[in-house]
Amino acid sequence: MTQGSPGGLAVTTPSELEIVMTRAFDAPRALLFDALTKPEHIRRWLGRRGDVMTVCEVDLRVGGKWRYVWTLREGGEMGMSGEFLQIVVPELLVTTEAFDEPYFEVMGAGTVNTLRLEEREGRTFLTTTVRYKSRQARDAALGTGMETGAAESYDRLAELLRTLA
Amino acid sequence: MVSIDPPVDSLSETFSALADLTRRAILSRLAAGEASVTELAEPFAMSLPAVCKHLRVLERAGLIERSRRRQFRPRRLNAAPLKHAAAWLENYRRFWEESFERLDDYLQELQSRAEEGGAEGGGRGQPEIKKGTTP
Repeated sequence: MTQGSPGGLAVTTPSELEIVMTRAFDAPRALLFDALTKPEHIRRWLGRRGDVMTVCEVDLRVGGKWRYVWTLREGGEMGMSGEFLQIVVPELLVTTEAFDEPYFEVMGAGTVNTLRLEEREGRTFLTTTVRYKSRQARDAALGTGMETGAAESYDRLAELLRTLA
Repeated sequence: MVSIDPPVDSLSETFSALADLTRRAILSRLAAGEASVTELAEPFAMSLPAVCKHLRVLERAGLIERSRRRQFRPRRLNAAPLKHAAAWLENYRRFWEESFERLDDYLQELQSRAEEGGAEGGGRGQPEIKKGTTP
């Protein structure tokens, strides 16, 4: 399985229902935790270049809700929200996550995401574990090309698309 | 992440149609060219009606069509929904990749600002580095 390389997104599948994404950042853990949880920071990076974040609300306490909405660069809106289940500053964050739009339910109608921050040799490793409600939903998400080979269900889709290209 | 214009349910339908091994095998076969129901059923140890059921699911998802040219109306692949599903999935991955790249840049900006600003509180947007604030 792929290890977290700096600047790259590494993805593994430790169980049927989980996807783990690992990313290293050149920053202390406390700063990364703030960047992940404070609206004034989140607004500066979450979303693609050109997407405009119009709503960024975070009530950082257990049972507190968060909500983000973007005006997308290609037009249209995207919204997502969730609730904090567990918070240990600056090392752990567990939240639910669901998209507003019904078509995102192909991803499994919501996930539970666990974010772990570990500092090693001056860098912070962010490990995001996304837990899906079904294996099928996980495989659909993995078919994003996050990592080749991981999504057996969609390997064939990729093959098929190549033959059609 | 989303430029999705087809009906809201079409992606779910594409994904659930693709969730079955037999149906994916049928699509792979059709990618090589149109085929009759009998030809499509050949590789599988299942009855013709069972194969027809899979074909109906694929047809409903818009993934295959019946050719009107010949009497036995062979099935053929319609690639558009597949391409659409793949594009959507690729967009999801890109969302996180691009966000994390921006986060990289932002963290560098915060840290260089902290160095310049020294211990002085100074301006807005000063990073709040709180070491060891575990409650």
